[in-house]
Amino acid sequence: MSTYSSFKSLSRALFLGFRRDKGALFFTVLFPLLFLVIFGGVFGKQSTGKVQVVEIGAVPVLDQAIAHDPSGELRKTVKISRNDDRAAALKKVGKGDADAAVEQSDGKIVVHYSGADQVKSGVVQSVVQQVANSANLAATGRPPTYTVATQQVEDKSIKGINFFTPSLLGWALASAGMFGASQTLVLWRTKGLLRRLRLAPVPIPTVFGARIVVSLGIALGQLAVFLLVAQLPFFGLKLQHAWWMAIPLVICGVLTFLSLGMLVGAWAKTQETAQTVTQLIVLPMAFLGGSFFPLDYAPKWMQAVSYVFPLRYLNEGMLNVMARGLGPASALPQMAILLGIAVVAGGIAARLFRWDAT
Amino acid sequence: MTNTISVHGLRKRYGDVQAVDGVSFEVAEGEFFGILGPNGAGKTTTLEIVEGLREADEGEVALLGLKPWPRNSRLLPRIGVQLQATSFFERLTAREQLRTFGSLYGVSARKADEMLETVGLTEKADERVEKLSGGQAQRLSIACALVHDPELVFLDEPTAALDPQARRNLWDVLRAINTEGRTIVLTTHYMDEAEILCDRVAIMDRGQILEMGPPAALVRGLDAPTRISVASGVLSAEDARRLTGVDEVSDDGVSLVVETRDPSSVVAALAAKDALDGVQIRGATLEDVFLELTGREYRA
Ligand SMILES: Nc1ncnc2c1ncn2[C@@H]1O[C@H](COP(=O)(O)OP(=O)(O)OP(=O)(O)O)[C@@H](O)[C@H]1O
Ligand SMILES: [Mg+2]
Repeated sequence: MSTYSSFKSLSRALFLGFRRDKGALFFTVLFPLLFLVIFGGVFGKQSTGKVQVVEIGAVPVLDQAIAHDPSGELRKTVKISRNDDRAAALKKVGKGDADAAVEQSDGKIVVHYSGADQVKSGVVQSVVQQVANSANLAATGRPPTYTVATQQVEDKSIKGINFFTPSLLGWALASAGMFGASQTLVLWRTKGLLRRLRLAPVPIPTVFGARIVVSLGIALGQLAVFLLVAQLPFFGLKLQHAWWMAIPLVICGVLTFLSLGMLVGAWAKTQETAQTVTQLIVLPMAFLGGSFFPLDYAPKWMQAVSYVFPLRYLNEGMLNVMARGLGPASALPQMAILLGIAVVAGGIAARLFRWDAT
Repeated sequence: MTNTISVHGLRKRYGDVQAVDGVSFEVAEGEFFGILGPNGAGKTTTLEIVEGLREADEGEVALLGLKPWPRNSRLLPRIGVQLQATSFFERLTAREQLRTFGSLYGVSARKADEMLETVGLTEKADERVEKLSGGQAQRLSIACALVHDPELVFLDEPTAALDPQARRNLWDVLRAINTEGRTIVLTTHYMDEAEILCDRVAIMDRGQILEMGPPAALVRGLDAPTRISVASGVLSAEDARRLTGVDEVSDDGVSLVVETRDPSSVVAALAAKDALDGVQIRGATLEDVFLELTGREYRA
């Protein structure tokens, strides 16, 4: 009998087993997509919306500035409304319905703002300041000595869908890989399938090889689904740079998570233990490995801790090639680290391996 | 003639329990061998050591001239094993299950489907293994053990969950396999089954073999009386006791039971008295041997 045909039929059997497992399908495909929809939809959008400003009574300086706004820049940032009742206007700001209230008495302009949204209150202050400055300059009747032209520089810090697509995928892969491997191993041992397979003339690496290949196939499926969904206009991901390096990266990542899962499965005696321990690894790893928020903005200690989690390297590599535009080779160190972890964890798992529950 | 199985001085301990305590036996090629014994006697443990699933603390095993421990891939294609606890790949149908197992032995899908037919599961071919009844799962497990035509078959309580029809069908299957010259070792709690199928049986208790031999020889060796029962009332107990060759008489109001070691004269005497209404003659069986050897009290 050829090992290859055993391998093929085992892979087929295992894949069928996965496809018919509604729970696994949900957790590996739908559940992470749900997160993508939520995170990508809510935080993915970068337009901050206009700043709402209430004029208390007449504020001629502001009205004139808006009226003579050649670039339309001001009208894009600020939305003006008017309320002659001072107390009501201030209450609006306090409740967050407006971002600031502005009043003018002769040459004095007062800005009332709330500290709840610092970005918007900052915008209001600087807008009003600028308006006042221009008005002062115009009052002197002289042309401006200095003019400012602004130009946006491409932002290297990654935001929105460019961040969430690879990193939520990383979490989905970690979770599917680790739960899949640990549960399978414990289940096969406690249900006696391992000892039954021990009596069949199939090398045990063939059995595990089939399991790994099925997992890799599922992971590439997850990658495809994620990329397709994220490219919908609603999310607006653009595949660019060396995004295709995501494929070898995903393979390395999955091998790592499978090894770790096997390690847990080889050690744990019961399914409950395996499940709990896996959960205790995956969830902190997702948080601290940078799947839910960019590590660039995390505190120093958190960045330091992230280095112990394999998921960090997968996320980092994916961001390098998919969002930072760093070129294909930029993912190689991460891939090497992932494979290294896979080999070590797999080695320990093999040493802990038991055929029998007792 | 070389022995297909030769086991010598096996011992296996689990903590405080001496599960197997010095078991030796040989099984010849083409023989049908049975292991009997109460729960916990050590049958499964013995079988699993012989199959190469567990390591013995002491003793030697040779199967087809090869050592089963550690895992011996030259031996594995030649043996077929049905374990006491059924275990399958999850969420496969019966057919997929058997084909997958078959493929591990290089058996074609068509051959696997034939085996499904042999154990009477064709109707359940597309049912997931989780949905099979206990007996159907058991039959599928047996099919997995037989699918690659092994020279040597181990069956651990193959008929435990089967209905009478399935049991008899399986007997036919096993007898056919045995007739082809394959060697079969099984454990069972059904004495009739062992008596009908096995060339030789070993009766085990507390990890040891108490008695071994062809069932008929064991029964004869027991030298137990034959019990003849007739309907109550056709003969009084006193009259029965006066017949020649009668050892013991009892009457429970339904049947009058006579124990004798000379059944021919007693039956002749009963016939002369025209007292054969509802007659049943029951010689000693393997069950009597079993109970005689292992006692009648409950085991843990
Ligand atoms: N894995 C194990 N760990 C500890 N003790 C065990 C183990 N397997 C069997 N035993 C003990 O060894 C003894 C023999 O068990 P075994 O399963 O061989 O009995 P058996 O004859 O097959 O019984 P049954 O008719 O119930 O199947 C029992 O007392 C059992 O409790
Ligand atoms: Mg048993």
